[in-house]
Amino acid sequence: MAMVYIPSQWRDLTGAVDRLELPGRNLREISRELESRFPGIAERLVEGDAIAAGLAASIDGAIASRGMYSPVGPTSEVHFLPAIGGG
Amino acid sequence: MVRKTHVATTINGEPVEFLCEARQSLLEVLRETLGLTGSKEGCNNGNCGACTVLLDGQPVDSCLVLAVEVEGAQITTIEGLSKDSHLHPIQQCFLEDAALQCGICTPGFIMSAKALLDRDPNPSEHAIRFQLAGNLCRCTGYDKIIRAVQDSAKRMAGQK
Amino acid sequence: MTPKSEQKKYKVIGTRPIRHDGADKVTGRAVYGADLRLAGIVHGKILRSPHAHAKVKSIDTSAAEKHPGVLAVVTRADMPNLKDKIADLGEGSVNLAHLGANVLAHDKVLYKGHAVAALAAVNPHVAEEALKLIKVDYEVLPSVTWVMDAMKDDAPLLHNDVFTKSMGKRASKPSNVPTHIHFEKGNIEEGFKAADVIVEREFKTASVHQGYIEPHVSTALWNQDGHVTVWTSTQGAFTARAQTAELLQIPVSQVTVVPCEIGGGFGGKIAVYLEPVAAMLSRKCGRPVKMVMTREDVFEGTGPTPGSFMRVKLGATKDGKLVAGEAWLAYDAGAFPGGVIGPGAMCVFSCYELPHAKVDGYDVLDNKPKTQAYRAPGATQAAFACETVIDELAEKLEIDPLEFRLKNAAKEGTRRVDGPVYPRVGLVETLEAAKNSPHWKSKLEGKHRGRGIASGYWFNIGLKSSVAANVNNDGTVSLIEGSTDIGGTRTSIAMQFAETLGITAEAVHPRVGDTDSVGYTDVTGGSRTTFATGLAAHEVALDIQRQMRERAAILWECDASQVQVEDGAYCHKDKRLTFAELAGQLGHTGGPVVGRATVSPEGASNAFGTHLVDVEVDPDTAKVTILRYTAIQDAGRAIHPSYVEGQMQGGAVQGIGWALNEEYVYSDQGRMENASYLDYRMPTALDVPAIETIIVEVPNPAHPYGVRGVGETPIIAPPAAIANAIYAATGVRMTELPMSPPRLWAAMTKGKQS
Repeated sequence: MAMVYIPSQWRDLTGAVDRLELPGRNLREISRELESRFPGIAERLVEGDAIAAGLAASIDGAIASRGMYSPVGPTSEVHFLPAIGGG
Repeated sequence: MVRKTHVATTINGEPVEFLCEARQSLLEVLRETLGLTGSKEGCNNGNCGACTVLLDGQPVDSCLVLAVEVEGAQITTIEGLSKDSHLHPIQQCFLEDAALQCGICTPGFIMSAKALLDRDPNPSEHAIRFQLAGNLCRCTGYDKIIRAVQDSAKRMAGQK
Repeated sequence: MTPKSEQKKYKVIGTRPIRHDGADKVTGRAVYGADLRLAGIVHGKILRSPHAHAKVKSIDTSAAEKHPGVLAVVTRADMPNLKDKIADLGEGSVNLAHLGANVLAHDKVLYKGHAVAALAAVNPHVAEEALKLIKVDYEVLPSVTWVMDAMKDDAPLLHNDVFTKSMGKRASKPSNVPTHIHFEKGNIEEGFKAADVIVEREFKTASVHQGYIEPHVSTALWNQDGHVTVWTSTQGAFTARAQTAELLQIPVSQVTVVPCEIGGGFGGKIAVYLEPVAAMLSRKCGRPVKMVMTREDVFEGTGPTPGSFMRVKLGATKDGKLVAGEAWLAYDAGAFPGGVIGPGAMCVFSCYELPHAKVDGYDVLDNKPKTQAYRAPGATQAAFACETVIDELAEKLEIDPLEFRLKNAAKEGTRRVDGPVYPRVGLVETLEAAKNSPHWKSKLEGKHRGRGIASGYWFNIGLKSSVAANVNNDGTVSLIEGSTDIGGTRTSIAMQFAETLGITAEAVHPRVGDTDSVGYTDVTGGSRTTFATGLAAHEVALDIQRQMRERAAILWECDASQVQVEDGAYCHKDKRLTFAELAGQLGHTGGPVVGRATVSPEGASNAFGTHLVDVEVDPDTAKVTILRYTAIQDAGRAIHPSYVEGQMQGGAVQGIGWALNEEYVYSDQGRMENASYLDYRMPTALDVPAIETIIVEVPNPAHPYGVRGVGETPIIAPPAAIANAIYAATGVRMTELPMSPPRLWAAMTKGKQS
């Protein structure tokens, strides 16, 4: 199961939980699992079909490039970060 | 209808005539009237050197020269540097030494470098930096431009 | 994907061919935006607000419209209503109402220079004169141009529909703080308790501009068939197309963007300014409309990078191990939300192993142009703070600053404060290279002289690229790619293609396509181009190679799997054809060979850099002379070393300007006082010495040739390195940028006066 890290600004919804193992083959399934355990969290993570504006997901150290369809492996590490661009 | 002045001058060795308004700079006439767009506008007030041309052999910011002033003068622009199918040594050295990135300042630098090397065929690094201080580059940090000018001096000396 | 082993010698990668667009650039033939010529072209100009903050009560364009030389006038009233629309524009989502309001002000102007109206006329002089005929009735409001003032409860409110968002959580009252970022790692109370030495400092930095020598320029034609073509100076034709289409509320298919050669961008030519306005003017008059910004427009009307207020605290044990770090960062967003506080907050401690940390970052609205990226956006400010505190900490612990960094350097497995773990990265290698460099080993002698060191990190992004290639009968290949070329990337992309296919770089003809000619490609920025578009070029070369093997198989009547490729030549048993020879046979083996590839690699390629600088400070004038400068960076693999060196040198000199002279100077009325190259003082050739470069190569595991992006990292370390050198030279710790002579002199003489 993937290890999903909860950003500190979402811990008001998760209590003391800062990380947890979740089943899911992609970010869509992970976000559904998160929502089922911490109602209201999906609103911060997802907008319609896509990762919320201004947010990015890092899977195993690389920024996910397929949005909610980005695959997550059985031992992956997932973080949610501010989206960055470049100059 | 604004009254225009007739100007007869020489550009890159060829006689050229044009009509211009008194308020038009040489840069504007070169680019808009004569189609010589190699000289670039970066600031239009003489601070970046992207518009450098040679006026009777002297490097000038063509944005600070009024077009009416060049009656009877000899002007050299970037377009006049290469001969037939060959690049001028300065142009060649800029390419070999990778002395450009976006290239917008490059014509101005090449013209300033030509003016320097015409006057001083073996300049020191300091003299090169001093002479080129009126040309701004934001991409390269100047390092490779200076090297290209040094290499140009060597190549031009070797050709004599 | 395994990179080729270090032992294998490359044929093309690592060489220094002449760039393919070279002759055009040194002869003045290359067509930049302002060089464009079209039949019937007319000229547009923008009317800009003289006030930093004001309500726009009315705009009367009647006199301008009556002027005989004026063909069209547009104001906000002519542009579609975009309220509440969000669009995904490739590099993240954008609030279209804000983007539209930045392009042409709505009911308020939010900075001096904010575009209010525009007109098209027969020539630029007439256009400028006619602008004066547009009458705008303003109600001037109080303005604010310093982040800390803008955060106060009684500060003038720029927008009443902006609410602080904290990673998706929304506040209930509007404010000037659109975003609050917060990261935590471990427990900083415990961490600081364990520290033997703690250093805490506050910092201020001013707004600085990217300073590209080419002002923004766009030409648009809204043709009689409804199709809009835009020729523009842009870092990304596809993002310019998407933004333009969205702001005009027409389908993307109705817009074609042709990227011209671009005279510098550095992050400042990603957002559109002129394109939609030129298009609307063209729609009204039926002619192509060319709009060129003046240098003053560029300073006052386009995004500088944020000024900031920062507080950084770091603690270490007496044996030199960092234990805790805390950062509080407030960055300008300028007039609209969406500044670069995110990456700033993520980068501030990114060079170090830090078990306990807390970072708070705030995006702050103020009456300045909307900020844009300037190379590694947000990282330079943060590094200025962190790297000078590191320096002070090392000094207090009596540990050499380079050794201190080595002791605490981030490496593979280090967890960043914002969460992710680094894969294989090269910071330690850059520090080792610094330690072994001629610069570091040399003795610096003389009065008022000092040496400084600083490191920096940038993520680099991935995003999408498309490449297509056509094989010509003579064995050359035309390569069409979608990455606008700001610094020579069409050549580094061609070189990777050539290496994979086994041909020479000269046999490749790279070309940057417009939005109708090439597949979707994200911006040239984020240090992504040589990495991602190069990856696409590698893939298209593999596609072509596969097809060529099939053609050889047809000629030799065998199976394609029996055709080997050796050194770029196709072989089967005793038969051998070079690529060029086989290309000559395409006509009768099935026709042309065309290859294609699109990629969307996961970011990031993680680039670290370390800079060394020796300075001399004049005790009477506080002028800082850079005596010697060395930039060291992990490039993964340098495809064309000259252009990698060029990126390092260019970024370093931009950083030197940022450190020593560049700033937006604001009057009490919120007006920029130095909007020209004379007073916005960028480095000239006389201000800097040669910039020595050391390229370190720790191959990126995520790229076939090990490429890491290089473009942005070099701008991060210079201000901190120079501040540390100034301290070594004078004993004065500068905590404000720029460290210009008046500021440095004041700091040097403070306390010396009775």
